[in-house]
Amino acid sequence: MSRLSRKAEELVSDGLEDRILEEPTGLWRGAWKRLLRRKGGIVGMIIIGIMVLTAIFADVIAPYSPTEDFIGEPNVTRRDGPCIHFLGCDESRPQFIMGLDGNARDEFSRIVHGSRASLLVGMVTVTVAFSVGSILGAVAGFWGGWLDNVIMRIMDVILGFPSFLLAIAIVAALGPGLTNAMFAIAIVSIPSYARVMRASVLSIKEMDFVAASRALGASKIRLLVTRVVPNALTPLVVIGTLGVAGAILDAAGLSFLGLGAQPPDPEWGSMLASERNQVFSAPHLVFFPGLAIMFTVLGFNLLGDGMRDALDPALNE
Amino acid sequence: MVQYVARRLLYAIPVLIGILLVTFILARLIPGDPCKSILGEKATPAVCEVFAENKGLNEPMPVQLALYAQDVIQGDLGDSIRFSRPVAQILVERLPMTIELSTAALFLALLVGIPLGIISAMKHNTSVDVGTMVFANVGVSMPVFWLGLMLIYLFAALLGWLPPSGRLSAGFVSVPFYEVWNWSVTEDTFRFTLLEFISNHFIFNSIITGDWEIARDAIRHLVLPAIALSTIPTAIIARMTRSSLLDVMGRDYIRTARAKGAPERSVVIRHGLRNAMLPVVTIIGLQLGALLSGAVLTETVFSLAGVGTMLFEAITARDFPIIQGFVVVIATGYVLVNLLVDISYAYLDPRIRLE
Repeated sequence: MSRLSRKAEELVSDGLEDRILEEPTGLWRGAWKRLLRRKGGIVGMIIIGIMVLTAIFADVIAPYSPTEDFIGEPNVTRRDGPCIHFLGCDESRPQFIMGLDGNARDEFSRIVHGSRASLLVGMVTVTVAFSVGSILGAVAGFWGGWLDNVIMRIMDVILGFPSFLLAIAIVAALGPGLTNAMFAIAIVSIPSYARVMRASVLSIKEMDFVAASRALGASKIRLLVTRVVPNALTPLVVIGTLGVAGAILDAAGLSFLGLGAQPPDPEWGSMLASERNQVFSAPHLVFFPGLAIMFTVLGFNLLGDGMRDALDPALNE
Repeated sequence: MVQYVARRLLYAIPVLIGILLVTFILARLIPGDPCKSILGEKATPAVCEVFAENKGLNEPMPVQLALYAQDVIQGDLGDSIRFSRPVAQILVERLPMTIELSTAALFLALLVGIPLGIISAMKHNTSVDVGTMVFANVGVSMPVFWLGLMLIYLFAALLGWLPPSGRLSAGFVSVPFYEVWNWSVTEDTFRFTLLEFISNHFIFNSIITGDWEIARDAIRHLVLPAIALSTIPTAIIARMTRSSLLDVMGRDYIRTARAKGAPERSVVIRHGLRNAMLPVVTIIGLQLGALLSGAVLTETVFSLAGVGTMLFEAITARDFPIIQGFVVVIATGYVLVNLLVDISYAYLDPRIRLE
C-alpha cells in the first residue's frame, strides 16, 4: 500500500470525515468532542471520576473508620496480610481486603479516606497557583514595562530552585503539616502559570478583535478582563490539569518525608512512610498506598494530555 | 555567540541574588530564638547577648543580609547545629553520592528513553508505540519513593540479586586515591577539600585506583536507586524524542532525502534524529531539577548518605544552617547547569542566539 493512501485511511479513521460534515462548533465544544475521541483522555476521566466518587462516598465505601484499631480482637494481629472471604480466606477471621496496618487499622478504609486528602491537595494548590499565577502573568503581559520586569524576575528566582527542594525548605521553615505543604506546593508552581499566561496574553493583545474593542473606547481593565484573559486561558487549563497530578505527587513526597499530613490522618504518602521499614515483612502496606497515588496521578496526567491534544489546533488540521 | 553568553550570564545574576534573598528570609521565618536553638534551652540572656553580637544578629536586616551574602560567596555556609561542624565540610562529604546517583540515573534515562522514543516514532500507531506510551504515562505517574521500595522488595527481598540499601557492603572501605598514591596533603586546606570531594565519588575513585572489587560493589549498590530515580526522566525523554522525531519526519527535507534514494535507516539517523534531538536537549536540562528533587526521596528510601538524606535529617532535627546551606548550593548549581544547557543549545541552534 502506498504511503499516501495509508495516511488518508488514518485520517478517515481519525474522524476527519465526520469533522468535515459536522456543523462548525465553538472552541470548547469542539475540544470536548475531540477529547471524547481520545482513549487516554477517556481513561483519565474515568479514573478521576472513580477517585472523586470514592472521596465523596468514603464513609459509605469504607467498611470501618480510618482511625479505628482492632488491637485485641480475636484472630487479629498487626500488619496482617489481606483477608478476602470470597477468595478463600477463613470465615472465622474478619475481612480486611487490603490487610491491617501497623496500628491494626483497616488499610482499605484508610486508603479510601486518603483519597480526600490527595484530591484536596490537588484542587486547592492548583486553584491557588492558577489564580495567583494567571493574575500575575496577565498583569505582566498586558502592562509590560517595569511591572513586567519585576514580576517575571521574581518568577525566575522561584524557578531557580528545584521546585521540590524549595517546597521542602518552605515547609521546614513554616513547620510540617498538610496546610503548609499545600501552601509550599502552590508557591513553587505559581511561575509556570504566570509564564504561560504572560506569553498567551502577549500574543492575544496584538490581535485585531482587541484593537477593535480598544477603538470602541473600552478601558484597559475591561479589555484585559473581557477580551484578553478569557481567550488566553486555554493553555492554562491543560497546565492546570497536569498540575493537579504534579501537586498530588509532590504532596505525597512531602508527607513521605514527614512534612505533610501528620498521623493518624489517613494520607497515602504518610501511610507509606510509616510502614516503609516493614517492606520485607508487610509489603502490602507499602504496595497499596503507592498504587493509589499512582492511579490518581495517572488519571490527571492522561486527562491533561488528552486535553492538550484536543485543544491544540495544530494537531487537528 | 560571545554576546549571547554574556547576556545569559548577566541574566543569571539577579536570579542568584534572589536565591540568596529567599534562603535568607526563610531562615528568619523559623519560629524560636536562634540562640536557644543553637546553644541549648539553658542559654542565659547574657550568653545570648554575646552570641547575637558575634553572629551579627543585632545588626539591622540589610546589614545581616550583606554579611550573609559575604559569607556564602566566601564559601562559609555556617556551622551545623547538630554536628558543630562547618556545613561546607558536610557538603563535601555528601554531595558526591548525590552526583553519582543523579549522573547514573540521567545516563540510564538517556540510554533507555531515546531508543524507546525512536522505536515508538518509527512504529507510529502500532502496538509497540501504544505499549511504550502506556509505559511512559505510568512512568511519569509513579511516586519515586514507592517505586524504590517496590524495587527493594522485588530485587533485594524476593530475588536477593542486589543489596537493598547503603553505598558499600559492610567491611568495604573506599581508600581515597591520594592516599593510594601517597600524595602528601595537609588537612584543612582548599587542596585537601578538593581532593576529598573528588575521592568521595567512590565509583570514580575505585576505578582510577584500580580497586575493582570496590567498584563492583559500589555499582551493585547504585543499580536499584538509579533505576528508581531514572523512571520519570526516562518516560519524559521517551515521549519527547517520539513527538519531536514524528514532527521532524514530516518535514520536506526528509521527503527530499527519501526521494534521492537514501536508505530509511540513514534518513532516520542522519536527517531525522539529528534535528529531533534539539528539544530533547532542553528537556534534559529541565530534568536536572527533577533529578535533584527525586534524589532526596530516593536516598531516603535506600539509606544512601547523600545530600538528600542529610537534608531530611536536618529537617527532622530542625538544623537550619544545613537546610539553608544545602539549598543555596543546590539551587546555585541548578542555575549554573541550566545556564550551560542554554548555552550549548544556542551553540547547536544558531537561531537562538540571533533572537
